[in-house]
Amino acid sequence: MQQRGALRFALTRLLSAIPTLFLIIVLAFMMMRAAPGGPFDEERAIPPETAANIERAYHLDESLPRQFRRYFGGLLRGDLGPSYRYPGYSVAELIGGAMRYSLQLGALAMLSALILGVGAGVLAAVRKRSLLDRMVTGLAMTGISIPIFVIAPLFLLVFAVYLGWLPASWGDSESGLRYVLPVIALALPQVAYVTRMTRASMIEVMNSDFIRTARAQGLSTFTIVRRHALRPAMVPLLSYMGPAVAAVLTGSVVVEQIFGIPGLGQLFVRSALNRDYTLVLGIVIFYATLVIVFNLLVDIAYGFLDPRIRRQ
Amino acid sequence: MLPEARLLNRGIGPEPETLDPQLARTTQSHIALRDLFEGLVSYSAEGVLVAAAASRWKISADGLRYKFWLRPEGRWSNGETVVARDFVYSFRRLVDPETAAFYAETLNSVVNAAEITAGNKPPEALGVEATSRFELEITLREPTPYFLSLLAQAATYPVREATVVEFGEQFARAGKLVSNGAYRLAKWEIGLAITLIRNEQYWNNKNTAIDVVRHHVTVEPSVELFRYRAGELDVTSTIPSEAFARIRDERPAELRVSAFLGTYYYGLNLNYPPLGDNPELRQALSMAIDREALTASVTGRGEQPAYSWIPPGVQNYESPVLSYATLSTEKRNAAAKRLYTEAGYNEANPLQIQLRYNTSETHKNIALAIQAMWRHTLGFEAELINEEFRVLVTNMRAMKITQIFRSSWNGDYNDAYAFLAMFESDNPSNMFGYSNEDYDLQLKRAAKQTNPARRRLYLEEAERVLLADLPVIPIYYHVSKHLVSPSVRGWQDNVLDYHYSQHLSFD
Repeated sequence: MQQRGALRFALTRLLSAIPTLFLIIVLAFMMMRAAPGGPFDEERAIPPETAANIERAYHLDESLPRQFRRYFGGLLRGDLGPSYRYPGYSVAELIGGAMRYSLQLGALAMLSALILGVGAGVLAAVRKRSLLDRMVTGLAMTGISIPIFVIAPLFLLVFAVYLGWLPASWGDSESGLRYVLPVIALALPQVAYVTRMTRASMIEVMNSDFIRTARAQGLSTFTIVRRHALRPAMVPLLSYMGPAVAAVLTGSVVVEQIFGIPGLGQLFVRSALNRDYTLVLGIVIFYATLVIVFNLLVDIAYGFLDPRIRRQ
Repeated sequence: MLPEARLLNRGIGPEPETLDPQLARTTQSHIALRDLFEGLVSYSAEGVLVAAAASRWKISADGLRYKFWLRPEGRWSNGETVVARDFVYSFRRLVDPETAAFYAETLNSVVNAAEITAGNKPPEALGVEATSRFELEITLREPTPYFLSLLAQAATYPVREATVVEFGEQFARAGKLVSNGAYRLAKWEIGLAITLIRNEQYWNNKNTAIDVVRHHVTVEPSVELFRYRAGELDVTSTIPSEAFARIRDERPAELRVSAFLGTYYYGLNLNYPPLGDNPELRQALSMAIDREALTASVTGRGEQPAYSWIPPGVQNYESPVLSYATLSTEKRNAAAKRLYTEAGYNEANPLQIQLRYNTSETHKNIALAIQAMWRHTLGFEAELINEEFRVLVTNMRAMKITQIFRSSWNGDYNDAYAFLAMFESDNPSNMFGYSNEDYDLQLKRAAKQTNPARRRLYLEEAERVLLADLPVIPIYYHVSKHLVSPSVRGWQDNVLDYHYSQHLSFD
């Protein structure tokens, strides 16, 4: 009974996402075209005949509604179109290639952020106002305030250039070592956020009545945290995780640029600057879908963590 | 790949967009293509035009007929012989409207090329003919003294028809591409690197020293420098400006700075009345720029102050220079102030003008410095507007809202015309609203002239006219900047900044 309810909930949410997605596509299409300059504008101007040939080849000579229909028709057939920048490459394979790296790195970073962040957050909450708590809070604050573009080059300089322990870039090693620096750089701000959120929410839960009851029954702090406090304390974290996971999985422009990772973040920025219309739209659609799916997963997960929501 | 193979790691800059010679548009694609393919002629390490796929050629006295003899030992990477028909096919492919090639105009001086690109004649009408298996004849519609150098450009590299027909637009990918140069394509990892392997079939393979070349995508110059310092790169594509001074102190032997055929300039849109109506004002704006101070302390990477439009190093050419090139700063500033006042501006009525530049730290610093020079010498405050590159380019072309704009011009081939054509009244790259009959006439005369010494006079006269009218303020001549590992041999500075991997070796 309950499972069927969850399934219906998921389906309704997915269906209601379709108009959202359509709106995103239309908006992204229009914004891309409203941006001045096209994919073939360079400092060197080309003769009008050549320009006309290029426009014809890419259907840029057609009216905008017609171009949109052409594009959308392709989408319905599951075709994201050809790249305007890379002749001979399709948008789907460009996204596919870049996604691999971003997903791997993002998943590793998010996983380490969760393990470290929740662990540190719970410890700090349980030992509230202790030296340990202050250290954790201080470190988390530092992690939030120092931007990646400061940390990442520093890491590179120390570990790759001076010490030579780790590769400076993605391209030149097949070893797992190349994951170390980017994952740390990606995870660090997330660890900080997760720690702070876990600590705050854990402190609140630990002060609530049902925990006091549990304490009165003589349960140890460890048991209380594991059996009773952890699940409800995760609820606020969960709403943060939906968009955060989607963001981390689709790659960080800064981290990718600094470590030379051919991921989705870099591809996105480059495609926008190059006015690679189809590629920009493809990545927008991919990202939007990811956000929708993760928010849905979060909503479903709420039910498991908090019985009150399940009953509604 | 053998573990002991000699591997060269080169930084290439931003990602090349294609390895299809006829579709390639950017410097980065051209760098990789120079290793993969070979035109009828090519350049030596020093930048001198040399025989390549053709072993010799003959040019008729009127400069209109070129005959090439291809090397019978020329081979594609699949072992087939490179024949004259391959070039006919590739040249037709370049001008064919169906190909929609960005550089279709490269062959514009060949009979019927422009008509074919415009769709008025079939590609077969192109003035290129294979008179035998190894003989190729090209007929031009006007003598073009720099025509040979165009045949060393990527756009005129040969492609193998059977491969293009079989794989269509995917023919230039790894596993499919067949090339005729010193290297063949092994792997292309988008966003990461292009890996090339020695082409055993190449006619001059015995002189290729390096077995594997990896062209690494290096978007951020500062990151490229990290990779060089960590030993992951042997050659960098550029040097970040903020690190230049330190590198010069720490690694002087690895630093390669060389004159390059390019001018950094501020364009003036003459459709904007204060600029269009006032030659004095244009000169005043140019005079008040202290180029020596700018290149010494703002750009600071060996750039040379520009007092002419065409950079030094162009073959068979000597630029006229702006009259105030040799004046002291004080005298120049006084003269600038006088012209500014004569143009009707003063403290009570300062010039109102906008200066547009595209997003980059260097462009911003230069704009700020020049804004300060104008303020100091002439007493007006230019409004600085920062735009994204393609926005600026669109505005430059539209010539509606631009007043002063930043840009650069690099010569595609080593000839003065590569720099002068853009100021002809009907040239699509004329973003200045500039039109001068005398200027157009000089260029027309030069185009008809077969005697190089006389042609040169017309071109120099054209530049003199240009500098007197000044629709453009030349600021500095570009330099190419690389870090080259001490173990790399054979690197020669040249004005084109072409560095073929086949000319390089290791200790």
